[in-house]
Amino acid sequence: MPNAHLRVWRGDEDGDYVEYDVEYEEGMVVLDVVHRLQATQAPDLAVRWNCKAGKCGSCSAEVNGSPKLQCMQRMEQYPEGETISIAPLKTFPLIRDLVTDVTWNYEVAKTIPEITLREREADGTHRMAQIDVDRGQEFRKCIECFICQDVCHVIRDHPENMDDFAGPRFFVRLAEVSMHPLDTNPKEATVQHGFGLEYCNITKCCTDVCPEGIHITDNAIIPLKERRADVHYDPLRALGRKLFGGRS
Amino acid sequence: MADYETHEYDVLVIGAGGAGLRAAVEASAQGATTGLVCKSLLGKAHTVMAEGGMAAAMGNVWPEDNWQVHFRDTMRGGKMLNNWRMAQIHAQESPDRVAELEEWGALFDRTDDGRISQRDFGGHRYARLAHIGDRTGLEMIRTLQQHAVHRGLDVYQECTVNRLVKDGDRVSGAVAYWRESGKPLLFRAKAIVLATGGLGKIWSITSNSWEGTGDGHALAMYAGAEMIDMECVQFHPTGMVWPPSVRGILVTEGVRGDGGTLRNSTGKRFMFEYIPPMFASETADTEAEADQWYNDKTVRRTPDLLPRDEVARAINAEVKAGRGSPHGGVFLDIATRRDSEYIQRRLPSMYHQFKQLAGVDITAEPMEVGPTAHYAMGGVRVDPETQASSVPGLFAAGEVAGGMHGSNRLGGNSLSDLVVFGRRAGLGAAEYAAGLDELPATDGGEVDEALARIRAPFEGEGKENPYTLHRALQDSMQEKVGIIRTESEMLEALDDIAELKERAANVTVEGNVQYNPGWHLALDLEHLLTSAEAITKGALERKESRGGHTREDFPGPSDEFGKVNVVGTLNEEGTVDVRQEPLPEMPAELQRLFEED
Repeated sequence: MPNAHLRVWRGDEDGDYVEYDVEYEEGMVVLDVVHRLQATQAPDLAVRWNCKAGKCGSCSAEVNGSPKLQCMQRMEQYPEGETISIAPLKTFPLIRDLVTDVTWNYEVAKTIPEITLREREADGTHRMAQIDVDRGQEFRKCIECFICQDVCHVIRDHPENMDDFAGPRFFVRLAEVSMHPLDTNPKEATVQHGFGLEYCNITKCCTDVCPEGIHITDNAIIPLKERRADVHYDPLRALGRKLFGGRS
Repeated sequence: MADYETHEYDVLVIGAGGAGLRAAVEASAQGATTGLVCKSLLGKAHTVMAEGGMAAAMGNVWPEDNWQVHFRDTMRGGKMLNNWRMAQIHAQESPDRVAELEEWGALFDRTDDGRISQRDFGGHRYARLAHIGDRTGLEMIRTLQQHAVHRGLDVYQECTVNRLVKDGDRVSGAVAYWRESGKPLLFRAKAIVLATGGLGKIWSITSNSWEGTGDGHALAMYAGAEMIDMECVQFHPTGMVWPPSVRGILVTEGVRGDGGTLRNSTGKRFMFEYIPPMFASETADTEAEADQWYNDKTVRRTPDLLPRDEVARAINAEVKAGRGSPHGGVFLDIATRRDSEYIQRRLPSMYHQFKQLAGVDITAEPMEVGPTAHYAMGGVRVDPETQASSVPGLFAAGEVAGGMHGSNRLGGNSLSDLVVFGRRAGLGAAEYAAGLDELPATDGGEVDEALARIRAPFEGEGKENPYTLHRALQDSMQEKVGIIRTESEMLEALDDIAELKERAANVTVEGNVQYNPGWHLALDLEHLLTSAEAITKGALERKESRGGHTREDFPGPSDEFGKVNVVGTLNEEGTVDVRQEPLPEMPAELQRLFEED
């Protein structure tokens, strides 16, 4: 059996990397090796996981410095003998080992407007074309692994921005609401100030790391920015506001 | 005794998968103060793994479909062991629950005329599953989660309930601990809904995540609730078999619903050899008829879509006969039957899963699949209308509840079950709670006992490792109480369980209480062992083969056992007693639906 040389973060913020050697088998993923480590050498090693198939988004960690789902990283991609470092997501407060406190995301989720559909057709159905549904379905593939939040420099390097920046995950949510074919929320609701759209300078880091391949920047963030420009910065509307009052 | 925080609710819901979320939403809508506790983060429950869809006789694709046909399919799929009233309610209410999810934001795939599309699945006469590609469970949980967070209910994430507390006969609370800090909590509640899901982690090859440790089944038994038909466990026919690390992970039945076929090592479509008499009149016996069926429902359906128990046994038999695939499964081929674009559109997550985890391109080569422990049909015995258990104040919904699926669940009937009966449980619990003036008492000493039990693994002197014991249970159950069962092996399994129970008392864990998975598993072991015992005792009692329960020593169904539920309860010694009780009798107007058989 091949041997993996791991460097795993242990402990809280005052912790440190600890090195381990773990044997593994063909076809294993990083999470399997972490589980084997847990079962044989480090029974109290904290790691979050659920589905082990890239569907629940629980096992996010920084593998060799890059945020990944541990369950989708096959060991074959790492040359044998090379050290693999596994660290918790940097952007969120560390609880212990590989587990971080992601509560902030759940708080932001509460601020996203609820979908409110228009009335049903006379036959009791809602009619939508598949092509219109496709757009929202891309956003709804999101598994909430929060890797896009982790990598976003707006909060990774400036945690103080967390108070008024929703982050890529929730721009995807806002886009989902705003592009639902039958939603009746006013346009303004999804592009209002407070979500921090303006902090994003479209470096596409979030898109690059999304394990679901959602085009976060192109399909969610940019259209939202355009919509905001339309709603809030349209020169005619601005003139109207100047003349007749109203919110900026 | 250690300090603990206390929270008080009219209704406490344990578990936040589809059933728990829907129950909490309903209880809250009824005006009950509601708490929702879940072992994982919100939105990560096993419901996200459901792929194919949600069965509901909406008749969008086949107008001939209606609740009576769905009811009949469900009962026949369950080999008539189902609680008929639950199957009826389920068939009648599923379409409303689909519409409700759509209203709350779920974006189902559409038909050409813009309605919700429906796909074919095993045992369903018509294409009936509302779906979103092959990630329907994710859509359901996200929709319910997003709806729930605006309903003003309190969510306790990464919080594990270890014991229920009673006031006399009725349930009065639950003792739990925060996974993050290890600190204990007491929930006081007028009514409690168990929505804890399944128990697949009893076996070594399973589609279930770490959470499926039978917690709710065991909590109900500790509290004195009756269980039914625990022996009926579904081994899903198509789990991944290679590489070893993903063994057991689910491959959706949607692959076969969308045209995939099972083949053995000689390339033969072997399901034609395994058509049971009960389904012979409606199952195609030539490849031409089977293939025609996908677009023409006037001919008989492909045997690839026989109910799951039939397909799992067939795969098992092919592998045993030496006609398996290189890694001990059989081949599931959609690559030669549908074009690449269609496969990637209909089955995106299967494509992704095989590509990334197994290095297999399912649009170009066959998958290797084999049976995997998937779903508990048995569970807490409940009243079909309210989901009330035999313990006053205790309700159960979803996989932890028994009766709905009889001895075998049809694919797609689980997601609909979650929301149909989740809603009813929330309603039942809120109504029950409204009838109580004050919170029942929690001062009977059970809280202190539970707190001491939670701490015990840190104070033990023994040297047992929880991971080792769990592995031993899984190996024993896989070998001795798996797909094909026989009395002598099951008696050995009972001895193994008794021995493991003793060893579990000597588990000692390292480290501290903060996010310590070894400790969490040590506490779950008791639930796993109790549930495993109930399954094994039930399996010994049911001396026949029916649905998900197959006895080598009693190979066919028996009329006598077809008329009874096996009821299990925990006795004073902490072991499981079983007895037989007659099934509720189906009214004549429903019986008529089966007369053509």
